[in-house]
Amino acid sequence: MIQAKEIEVDRDAGNFHYDTTYEYDAGVGLSEDVVRYVSGIKEENDWIRDFRLKSLGIFDKKPLPTHWATKDLENIHFDKIRYYLAKGQRPSRTWEEVPDDIKNTFERLGIPEQERKFLAGVEAQFDSEAAYSRMKEDLEKQGVLFVGSTEGLKEHPEIFRKWFGKVIPSNDNKFSALNGAVFSGGSFIYVPPGVKLAQPLQAYFRINAENFGQFERTLIIADEGAEVTYMEGCTAPKFETTTLHSAVVELVALKGAKIQYITVQNWSNNVFNLVTKRGLAEEEAEIKWIDCNIGSRLTMKYPGVILKGRKARGEVLSIALANDGQHQDTGAKMIHAADETTSNVIAKSISIGKGRSSYRGLIHMPKRLKGCRNNTECDALLINSNSRTDTYPAIAVRGDANSVQHEASVSKVSAEQIFYMRQRGMNEAEAMSLSVNGFVNDLVRQFPMEYSVELKRLIDLEMEGSVG
Amino acid sequence: MSVLGIQNLRACIGHDKEILKGLCLDLPQGEVHAIMGPNGSGKSTLAKAIAGHDDYEVTDGSVLMDDTSILGMEPDEIARMGLFLAFQYPMELPGVSIANFIRAALQARLGEGERIDASNYYKDLYEKMDELGIDRQFTSRSVNEGFSGGEKKRCEILQMAMLQPRYCILDETDSGLDIDALRIVAQGVNAMRGSDRGILVITHYQRLLEYIVPDRVHVMWDGRIVRSGDKALAVELEEKGYDWVKAELVA
Repeated sequence: MIQAKEIEVDRDAGNFHYDTTYEYDAGVGLSEDVVRYVSGIKEENDWIRDFRLKSLGIFDKKPLPTHWATKDLENIHFDKIRYYLAKGQRPSRTWEEVPDDIKNTFERLGIPEQERKFLAGVEAQFDSEAAYSRMKEDLEKQGVLFVGSTEGLKEHPEIFRKWFGKVIPSNDNKFSALNGAVFSGGSFIYVPPGVKLAQPLQAYFRINAENFGQFERTLIIADEGAEVTYMEGCTAPKFETTTLHSAVVELVALKGAKIQYITVQNWSNNVFNLVTKRGLAEEEAEIKWIDCNIGSRLTMKYPGVILKGRKARGEVLSIALANDGQHQDTGAKMIHAADETTSNVIAKSISIGKGRSSYRGLIHMPKRLKGCRNNTECDALLINSNSRTDTYPAIAVRGDANSVQHEASVSKVSAEQIFYMRQRGMNEAEAMSLSVNGFVNDLVRQFPMEYSVELKRLIDLEMEGSVG
Repeated sequence: MSVLGIQNLRACIGHDKEILKGLCLDLPQGEVHAIMGPNGSGKSTLAKAIAGHDDYEVTDGSVLMDDTSILGMEPDEIARMGLFLAFQYPMELPGVSIANFIRAALQARLGEGERIDASNYYKDLYEKMDELGIDRQFTSRSVNEGFSGGEKKRCEILQMAMLQPRYCILDETDSGLDIDALRIVAQGVNAMRGSDRGILVITHYQRLLEYIVPDRVHVMWDGRIVRSGDKALAVELEEKGYDWVKAELVA
């Protein structure tokens, strides 16, 4: 087996941040010292350190979301979390410590042996280095930047500083402030004007020690007329011993640009997944979030688009699956800020057993605007009578020169439907899986092929696990 | 012995309401039997109890499929052993296409690691759809969703033809069918008659039996088979009405 210490990483070729000689540990709890420590390790410029410290101040002052949010948030012990831990390259965990259900899932998803260990956080992934280097070469020819957050801010401030923290300021919410203070990892991407990337960029190919961290920060800028699709992580379960994941993802689509951002979130079910995602679409630009949440204990995530330029388009397609012990609190925000902007939200949630899913939508259309349109469809599927689903649409539309359409439905998989399918020979899990896949089918058809296939396999696995 | 054998079957719905009260019936492979009976005599309960529906509690008796007891088995296990139930009211499955549904049902019968061959599957499917007069575009429609009564029943027969069960129970397959649909469905069932299959047709009216001519006819009354005979019994029953059976029973 490859040992991390024996690997020499060519930073120029692979952009990996592997460093095998240091051991970093910011200790337990959050303080100014911790933030300075993280910033120091990364040898950051003063402005970034100041940004972090300012964010920390905001985090300290801001209360947790009150009234509307689940009380489960109170179970996060901020003073017991390690905010930065990098033991050279390597996680200290052993393969034996990885739970069996995660190992089985790797098996069923057909993930190669070497990658399983990486995904479980046991070992570094070096195999994709060659593939990444090749890809990087192609991208460089077109002037595309695809780097980590630390490198992006340090080496390309003229590009990234302008937008960093602008779409989602640290004071947006308590968790974006937390991310601002201790962010680490994530991707920074710049696509020059007119460059249309045929292949999706995947975080998977830019893996480094920080990439799957707790507080990653991603910023994607598509310059005028550029097009890019980004796929976050991969669909294998990410086994985490830590419990809080709080990412910030900012997208900027300049005039006529298109960004599509795809996530299939499959954190292990001890993780609080509190993520802020928002895009800014200039004139005639288009931003599309495809967001699937299958894992985690609690996810709170409402991808949004600020439709800033005339004729900008925003779209959120989301699927949330809440099994026993899970709460998927997801939704979408569409802020119409220019004439003739259009937005489309299609959210489908599935609640199984005691699983709970909530949809929160915000559609904002001020009176001064003309010719804006929104379409929202929000469907919930309940399997088993203990399931719970809630819909909280907030539609602020003023003036009559705009149009909004909202449809919501709740359906159930009945015992008779399950019996019907079982009478044809499918077992209970297969029957439920078929129902769920049927429910999300029309939405999944819009996803890239490889993602819809993996999503189907994940749904099958979840159903298998939910039948006792 | 290749027979679906039902001995002294007693079954309740809920905890106390007994619907089947000691029913006996042998359905050998190679034969078509019909059960006729008035509403509420327990015909549909019989079909669902045999298929393993958990709303029904079997309190006594036995059901043997080729000498293997199927009581207490899971519904899907019974189905994979070779029992097919054509439903009186087929369920709608939103988003699940007919092609995917039947493929999943066939896949469930294969062993670990075995896969359906897609081109053979579609060839077989289209052939059977043609026979049943079902438009090929139906493969992409959701199972039973928005179907007419006739389309639903034809879709049931299509599934039966694809799954090739050893024993079939058709529960009121004629209900809601006009004469043309009835003829097509009956043709489909007749095409499946054979020495390796037993078919039980449950019906309220004799009409269906003009198209699917049974080898044996059983009259069901209050949870039991009270008379059995050949196809002439169906005609007699139609002429004299169920009151005739009732009068005889009381006498």
